[in-house]
Amino acid sequence: MNSLNRWLSIAVTAALLLACTPSFAKVNVFACLPEWAALASEVGGDKVTVYQASNALQDPHRIEARPSLVARMRSADLAICTGAELEIGWLPVLQQTAGNQKVQPGQPGYIAAADFVDRLEVPTRLDRAEGDIHPAGNPHIQLDPHNVAKVGLVLTQRLEQIDAANVPYYQARSKDFQARWNQAIARWEKDAAPLRGMRIVPYHKDTVYLIKWLGLVEVMNVEPKPGIPPSAGHLSDLVARLKGGAADVISRSAYQDPKAVISLGEKTNLPVVELPYTVGGTPGAKDLFGLFDDSIARLKAVKK
Amino acid sequence: MYKCGMAATIGVILIVPVASMAADETEVQTIRDEIKDLKEGYETRMQQLEQRLQQKEQSSSPSPAASATPGTPSPPSGTPSASGSASANAFNPAISLILGGQFSNLQRDPSTYQIGGFIPGGDEIGPGSRSFSLAESELTVSANIDPYFSGYFVMAVASDNSTSVEEGYIQNTGAIAGTTIKFGRMLSGFGYLNEIHAHAWDFVDAPLVLQAFFGGQLQEDGIQVRWLAPTPVLVELGVETGKGSAFPGSDRNKNGVNSAMVFAHIGDDVGESNSYRVGASYRATKAQDRTYDDVDAIGTPVTNAFTGDSNMWGLDLVWKWAPNGNTVERNFKFQAEYMHRTEDGSLAFNTTGASLSDGYRSSQSGWYMQGVYQFMPRWRAGLRYEELNSGNADIVLVNSGALTAADFPRLAQNDPKRSTAMIDFSPSEFSRFRLQFARDQARFNETDNQVFLQYIMSLGTHGAHKF
Repeated sequence: MNSLNRWLSIAVTAALLLACTPSFAKVNVFACLPEWAALASEVGGDKVTVYQASNALQDPHRIEARPSLVARMRSADLAICTGAELEIGWLPVLQQTAGNQKVQPGQPGYIAAADFVDRLEVPTRLDRAEGDIHPAGNPHIQLDPHNVAKVGLVLTQRLEQIDAANVPYYQARSKDFQARWNQAIARWEKDAAPLRGMRIVPYHKDTVYLIKWLGLVEVMNVEPKPGIPPSAGHLSDLVARLKGGAADVISRSAYQDPKAVISLGEKTNLPVVELPYTVGGTPGAKDLFGLFDDSIARLKAVKK
Repeated sequence: MYKCGMAATIGVILIVPVASMAADETEVQTIRDEIKDLKEGYETRMQQLEQRLQQKEQSSSPSPAASATPGTPSPPSGTPSASGSASANAFNPAISLILGGQFSNLQRDPSTYQIGGFIPGGDEIGPGSRSFSLAESELTVSANIDPYFSGYFVMAVASDNSTSVEEGYIQNTGAIAGTTIKFGRMLSGFGYLNEIHAHAWDFVDAPLVLQAFFGGQLQEDGIQVRWLAPTPVLVELGVETGKGSAFPGSDRNKNGVNSAMVFAHIGDDVGESNSYRVGASYRATKAQDRTYDDVDAIGTPVTNAFTGDSNMWGLDLVWKWAPNGNTVERNFKFQAEYMHRTEDGSLAFNTTGASLSDGYRSSQSGWYMQGVYQFMPRWRAGLRYEELNSGNADIVLVNSGALTAADFPRLAQNDPKRSTAMIDFSPSEFSRFRLQFARDQARFNETDNQVFLQYIMSLGTHGAHKF
């Protein structure tokens, strides 16, 4: 009788402990894009395991919904993506085939970052004749550090919801990150004051938030319409329009092909700047702080 | 989380004093008291934490503008990006329409097309008609139904004005972790290409092996369950079962299920630039009086029928490459499938006339491989090569001398082949034009040179692209 009780107790304890092991494991975060992966690391620290689905040299609109992403989505506790149809070509496939209820739209385990910020360029007219426009507004929100701060707060809140045991840790980490981030914002705004009014021609409409934040002026884009690459005819057109000193600099994001932009720069005698666009886009953009440090430094370097 | 601390503590309490447990009644009482204290302690702690959380949520301002002060940051409330219209249309599903058309130049008469050596079935064999034709228009409607199910419906409208439900299923995702369950009509998950809608294909037509073994694309009315292992590499197992009334099965007017399929996929990345998926599938179904038309030895049209088991297995591979995983400038996709089908039962000759019937066994296979290379943005070129092997049909009526092989001309030994080359241009993500040349040697001893010019366009909701 005695030994039977003993073995029963051991078995019951083992079963209870086995059932418990997930709670001591880290939160699995699936980040669609490098900026959200970096933010998740800042805010989650060593209580999260972050999987980054794409790298900074890949066009975020055109990621393949490949098997490794499906597998990682299956095990995710929290998915953070931009939303606003930026990942519409691949994220829905992942959500529908990964067999994971936690990361479906509307669940606490899914964050569409663009929902939590004020979006620019919300179209008044929805028509594909305008190119590949996004109904909810321009989705490239990560280039305004105020947006990053807001998304960081949401991310902290959701992590606390999913992993209630570590609320004090997330609280402390968020407080520290927001403090350092706000200091950095003040420094960047001071540092970038000379850039106000700079007239810029970005390749695609993916720099609008940076432009608005720094007070630059977006003169035109190299693409005739969003998502349509410039033809030779269109490039000659641009050369004609830009030769008269209508702009100060041409820019492209690190993931975009440099050929058209370099050729345009040579023909118009305008400087061409490569901007990281996201964490990892350039060697200087190692993390979220570096993303803005490097973007501002590169813009200042071409300012005459 | 706290339950586990409690559980662990209970466990320790149970095991450690286990030697003296049975002995002393008072000791048991002490232990009971200790457990009670622990329980109360944890409950108080949980309540305190919940109160703190509630206080924080109440004290923080709901407006995003308040996040300026670093001391008390408040998460902004979400303003979902869907349009705020409160009209009756607010819950409208996602709707998209695929419009396609083609212009074909076919050397041989398409109405006499046959894949020699293979019993025909389904209605999507062959290159279609000559000159201009409207290709299948596809209307897709999808939405979430409730927190448990989503629905997906695809109606195909053919150029002859016939409409069909290509897919109509409800799906549950993740009720059991890792599983996706579909009920309804769906494109069967056999192999790789069968599940992909025609407008997403890289060539104008289906590979010969799909036409020969499925009569186009195999649909199943039934249930499919897929389960993903919780591994960083994709390991997916699936079963599918249903009515099995589509070719190579038939409608058997029987209770229960008439088809069963299992499949497995493994997929992963290789570095930043490559990703792949390999798969294996096995499907078993039965046919009853599955008819097809042929002519006998003197050229009189006859209708024959197969009754028996039809079992198939297949292997599939898809490999994608893009420099550093960025598909915009250049990318390459390689795709290959091999299928093998065994049919075992009886073959009835001239069912409306003499009606002779005896044993039949066939073992047939086919494969295709194709590569598509995007050499500059918006432009792609592709090559496809395919072969089928009809094997030697074992027809007892012929072996016994009751009939001759000439009475079954369609089943004569044949190795169909086809080579295809295509180039396509996509002005945007939503429109595509394609030019395709094919040298089709599926018929007995005849080559058909085919030229196709095709457009495929989509309007409405942006569809998501499968791997």
